[in-house]
Amino acid sequence: MSLFYNITIGQYYPGDSLLHRMDPRAKILAMPLVMASVLLAGGPVGYLAAGIPVLLALALAGIPLGTYWRGMKLLWVVLLISLVLQSLTYPGEALWQWGMIHVSREGFTLGMQLFYRLSLLILSVMIVTMTTTPVNLTAAMERLLQPFKRFGLPTHELAMMMTIALRFVPSLLEEAEAIIKAQQARGGSISTGSLNRRLQASVALLVPLLAGSLRRADELAVAMEARCYRGDTGRTQLKQFKYRLPDIIVLGVLLTSAIAVAATRGQA
Amino acid sequence: MSKIVEIKNLSVSYMPGTPLQRDALRDVSFVVEKGEFRAIIGPQGSGKSTLLQVMAGLLQGEGRVTICGQDMSNKKNRAGLWRRVGVIFQYPERQLFEDTVFNDVAYGPINLGLSEAEVQRRVKTALQEVNLGEEVYHLSPFKLSGGQRRRAAVAGILAMEPEVLLLDEPTAGLDPRGKRQLMDLFSNLCRKQQVPVVLVSHDMEEVAHRADLVSVLYRGKIAMEGTPKEIFSRGKDLASLGLSTPFASQLSMALQEKGLPVQNMTTLPEAVREVERLLRLKGKVQ
Repeated sequence: MSLFYNITIGQYYPGDSLLHRMDPRAKILAMPLVMASVLLAGGPVGYLAAGIPVLLALALAGIPLGTYWRGMKLLWVVLLISLVLQSLTYPGEALWQWGMIHVSREGFTLGMQLFYRLSLLILSVMIVTMTTTPVNLTAAMERLLQPFKRFGLPTHELAMMMTIALRFVPSLLEEAEAIIKAQQARGGSISTGSLNRRLQASVALLVPLLAGSLRRADELAVAMEARCYRGDTGRTQLKQFKYRLPDIIVLGVLLTSAIAVAATRGQA
Repeated sequence: MSKIVEIKNLSVSYMPGTPLQRDALRDVSFVVEKGEFRAIIGPQGSGKSTLLQVMAGLLQGEGRVTICGQDMSNKKNRAGLWRRVGVIFQYPERQLFEDTVFNDVAYGPINLGLSEAEVQRRVKTALQEVNLGEEVYHLSPFKLSGGQRRRAAVAGILAMEPEVLLLDEPTAGLDPRGKRQLMDLFSNLCRKQQVPVVLVSHDMEEVAHRADLVSVLYRGKIAMEGTPKEIFSRGKDLASLGLSTPFASQLSMALQEKGLPVQNMTTLPEAVREVERLLRLKGKVQ
């Protein structure tokens, strides 16, 4: 647990905010709308209109801002580097010049736009995954993909695979940590020593980890069969989703803002 | 006697400074001397495994920790501690990874940098100690039975000839005979070669039978410490911590409640002797 606790991306953050209570299907549908307005935005008004819904969601989710910061830190480093590179290499009117170094206005604006857009996109995805439990998220996916079942898409199976995969992430991390410690106690540390020794040590981690996952998969298969699992034939859902007024309002607002943003682009 | 493990005012928290912070150990002081067999008992989440990991140099907390005379606040000392301290974690058979049993047992000794002849000698001795014959040397560890796999994993630690042995429920899931054999092995190591053993266990019979001293952990603090006899005579206190006592202790308590003159007992042989004496006293047996 101590080794891996800083993995925060896509982690559910318990709460009871408006966003937590929203229908998970609406939250999934909201994402392409936010993406559309963020990507279509051109000109200051468009950028502002694209950013407001994300900032509003940020305020409504009731999750400490530091949590997002931890998840986005690394990405921001990458984006800052690209901003610097773009400002330096893009030809155009000089914003600032010092010898060989030439910062162009066009490059800087372009870099800032990219920075802003990607930050908004990542933030909106993070808000959805942090306010929705993985189980609800996959169940909503399954329900949304239902129409494609007619064309042979195995929606239930896909959703079940996702649920199982998500369910096993913490177990695998826990097991990996236990094995790392056990091998470390035998002198096989993956964080010290020469590259060769570290590679050897990672074999000593991966083999037992793989053996463990096969064992778990086997046990799970037996447990599922023992409870007569046979896919989604004749299966009813425990979780019944229902669109409520807030869901419809949120989707409506997002749709209009996306259309408005697209319209301002046309004018600009 | 020299102190092998010396812990003073140790506190350990997981995820400090976050809303998920959890204090695993609070102001724990703990000493293990050479040749001692120490048991740690406590309900789930009381900090037993955390304490064991601190002693193995795998975790660091606040406070003074000295293992085999080395200060554990030094990172170098912590990283090198595996050469002196043997740890057997829960379900150690899950750490097996080599292609043969022999190679797996040799993993630790090879990491120690021993000569090939010495590695061979140690692996053979260790496998002999855990009762695995030459016929398994070249088998894949995954081909062995559960009990054999456990013993192979234990051999992997013994082959490193540690100065201290830390055991985290080493007999969980074994049959009674397997349990006895494995615990006999650890007891012998402790008695004959003066290797101190720290055993974390939920099996009170095992603790009563093997330990010189017992420490009771509760919510990250040491709630009681003493000989098995002292600890298990306080059955009511243990019950309030969610712990049980061995059969013999329960028997002596029940007999004492009936007003019979029996001593506090903790192990089965003791119970047999006491009951026999009692029956003789009452003239029921000659």
